Amino acid sequence: MQGLIGKKVGMTSVFDEDGKNIPVTVIEAGPCVVTQIKTKEHDGYDSVQLGFDDKKEKRTPNPMMGHFKKAGTTPKRKLAEFTGFGDDIKLGQTLTVDLFNDDTWLDVRGISKGKGFQGVVKRHGFRGVGDKTHGQHNRMRAPGSLGGSSYPSRVFKGMKMAGRYGGKKVMAISLRIMKIVPEKNLLLVKGSVPGAIGSYLIITK
Amino acid sequence: MDLMKAVDEVYAPKNDFPEFKAGDTVTVFYKIREGNKERVQQFRGVVIQRRGSNHTETFTVRKMSGNIGVERIFPVASPFIDKIEINKRGKVRRARIFYLRGLTGKKARIQEKKF
Repeated sequence: MQGLIGKKVGMTSVFDEDGKNIPVTVIEAGPCVVTQIKTKEHDGYDSVQLGFDDKKEKRTPNPMMGHFKKAGTTPKRKLAEFTGFGDDIKLGQTLTVDLFNDDTWLDVRGISKGKGFQGVVKRHGFRGVGDKTHGQHNRMRAPGSLGGSSYPSRVFKGMKMAGRYGGKKVMAISLRIMKIVPEKNLLLVKGSVPGAIGSYLIITK
Repeated sequence: MDLMKAVDEVYAPKNDFPEFKAGDTVTVFYKIREGNKERVQQFRGVVIQRRGSNHTETFTVRKMSGNIGVERIFPVASPFIDKIEINKRGKVRRARIFYLRGLTGKKARIQEKKF
């Protein structure tokens, strides 16, 4: 899938042509540099590696530095692979938001905000016990039974329980582009996008 | 966050409403779409707050309809607002005059600003 690497900037709202107030996420998308072109003969599959967000040369290990020098660019903080660019792409070429237009629908991948150790109500949408009174106390958000006692006499694998929540790869699919600001490399997409402000996003068509 | 400012610039409200703040009595002329027809309705009352900034700013207008208080929140950048007319400049000491909600009759009056 063709795409770019971006960064979440923040959220706001915008009026569309019907006068509806639409919540939008602002994404800084690109400019991305082609840092490597993988081919079927050489690497076993076809893809294009893009780099985004400059970093200091001092902070880049030498082997990585060689990789960026080959592409003729400054070192980049985030690298990701994309496909479907075709043959006319060159090493060191810069890709910008012009890749998208107003009619494209985007899938945006990111790492969701980490929520820490969470109970079963927040993590899996359990309803809890449901009553505060009528004889019950201190189990308002408890998971209830984990399974039968005499049979199966064990807890099934994958039983939904409390644990770490968030901080996982999440994809928001089919987001509509509300506006593109090419001068600032900004992309305004309808709705929310996974991750905290400043986190990296993989944006594909 | 400077990139958010860039977005604010792109969407900066283009309408030229007169300046008003909490305590002022205004009439908001807003367009209503009924099927394909558009007509303008008025909402006259006291501005009790302005909140937000740039294109996401809103203001709340409160009026007494009979003896029931009615409040409407208008986004400043809303394309449905035709015009805003200022009827009175009120003299109030705070930016959000929510205390007005608890007052009725003669107590709910706001002193007019003298220039």
